[in-house]
Amino acid sequence: MKMNYEEKLQEIAARDERLVVMTAENRAAIRNLPKILGNRFIDVGITEQTMIGAAAGLALRGRVPIVHALATFLTLRAFEFIRTDVGIGNLPVKIVGGVPGFLSEANGPTHQAIEDVSLMRGIPNMKVFCPADHEELISGLPSIVDDPSPWYIRYTTQQPVEKHYEPFAIGKAEVLGDGMDIAFITYGFMNRETWFAKKILEKKGFSVRFINLRTVKPIDEKVILSAAKECALIVTVEDHFVSGGLFSIIGELFLKHSVTAYVLPIALEHQWFKPALLHDVLTYEGFTGEQIAARVIVHLNQLEQGIDFHVFETQVEPII
Amino acid sequence: MNEQRTIELELLALRVREHIIGMATNGGCFIGASLSCADLLVYLYSETLNISPENLNDPSRDYLLLSKGHDVPALYGTFAELGFIEKERLANHLKTNDSIYWHPNRAVPGVEFHSGSLGHLLSVGIGIALDIKMKQGEGKVFVIVGDGELNEGTIWEGLLVASAYKLDNLVIIVDRNEFQANIRTEELIPLESIDKKFKAFGCWVKRINGHDFDQMEQTFSRLPFSTDQPSVVIADTVRGKGLPSIERRADRWFVNFTAEEVEMLLDELHGEKESILTSETLMVR
Repeated sequence: MKMNYEEKLQEIAARDERLVVMTAENRAAIRNLPKILGNRFIDVGITEQTMIGAAAGLALRGRVPIVHALATFLTLRAFEFIRTDVGIGNLPVKIVGGVPGFLSEANGPTHQAIEDVSLMRGIPNMKVFCPADHEELISGLPSIVDDPSPWYIRYTTQQPVEKHYEPFAIGKAEVLGDGMDIAFITYGFMNRETWFAKKILEKKGFSVRFINLRTVKPIDEKVILSAAKECALIVTVEDHFVSGGLFSIIGELFLKHSVTAYVLPIALEHQWFKPALLHDVLTYEGFTGEQIAARVIVHLNQLEQGIDFHVFETQVEPII
Repeated sequence: MNEQRTIELELLALRVREHIIGMATNGGCFIGASLSCADLLVYLYSETLNISPENLNDPSRDYLLLSKGHDVPALYGTFAELGFIEKERLANHLKTNDSIYWHPNRAVPGVEFHSGSLGHLLSVGIGIALDIKMKQGEGKVFVIVGDGELNEGTIWEGLLVASAYKLDNLVIIVDRNEFQANIRTEELIPLESIDKKFKAFGCWVKRINGHDFDQMEQTFSRLPFSTDQPSVVIADTVRGKGLPSIERRADRWFVNFTAEEVEMLLDELHGEKESILTSETLMVR
């Protein structure tokens, strides 16, 4: 039988005395752990900064704290504590952000963690894991706990859209297909819709490569550089602001290696997304599989006709 | 405390102050806050803390966290006198060949954690205290905070958590020197009555003269003040203590004196006449 997140934590905690689970009163994913872990479960109430500082203190004593709160409050409210206590200290604190990206649905911009990857990857020593789904989260967890670095993890309960065959390894992407027309590069929640886009495009006769990064930092440079060399168009897909996330990472990578490629970013422009139920958010913002596929086809056509497609078509309309 | 021991501690504190003054040139240091907490550090490391150069990796030791990190010259001076670091290392102050800079860091033996950004180390101390409790350890965690630092909200949220978890192995010491960076606390963000504030947050509070070793002995020998509550010591101190020419001077928070001024200040420390300081006052914050 497959384990869920808290069962996996329980399993790791049973073999690894160092593990402590902390939360700033966000217990949804770990609701059964208090009675199982006893004093190794620490709920500090709604004090994200104190939680991170205390996690650093626990790590100084040899513990591996797994801390939980909503992604936006963790990475923004407690940013300086993460950067200064966990980052400078290079301590093995694992920071699990709930409802990242589109998963905050109708909560509104206060709850939209769509700059979290940018912020966390910018901290020296910090690594970033964005599992495609719950299964991948579970399979990556033991390696992340064992790794001595601090980690930021984008939590997800999403069910897999496709079976994962490649075992999880830090810094190693999951690559599906060897298509040459289009290479999708994505992470986390957007794996699902991007997978649907791949299916649609394949039906239309395009050959598609699919790269699920898993860890955004460290990043699998090799598969990305191969895709740049071999594929006509690279499409980055992320539920994150276009600046600082995957599109930026790819840009930095290509500059570093003197590589040029056609890259279409599908990401959030400089505005927060329309708060609504998940499917409606995706449709409104143009992130469903169908919409992604349609945008890719438009750009492939423009590419063929030699039109500069690096003009974003997204309408800019304040949501508040 | 017997008279002989008091004299020994006073002499030790005097040497620590000499080190602090020595760091107030060639780039300078935060002299005022360093001098205000020097007696506290000298007392704690000599009499209270189970911390020595020999047990720095022993998990059963006590911990001292300097949350108001800019007063680290007092810590460097104490460490040099008590054998945590060689005295010669203090000559490396602000040099790239060492890590003796304006805020504490773990490259200096005895420093448990880096600080500099205010309002951080109470929460780090809470984490350490929680782990000691989990392991049924005897060690205590001392966190020294500044009075200006009490402006930071994380101090107060940390107190809520420390009280909730009944951390009676946590000791918070407020260096109550009455100054923020360049302004008196009561003129900017009034703190009094600090005692009542800490009590209201669930702590057991004692208020002492932070330059009186007898009062320190009476206080720190009775830890914890109450089972199931964090202990708080509000230590009334004088910013710039030991140098009348800069005591309680709002404009002598960070200083960078000339070599001649340092000589004058060392004489002043030893009871000679007050120094005539001509270096311009610095507002670094």
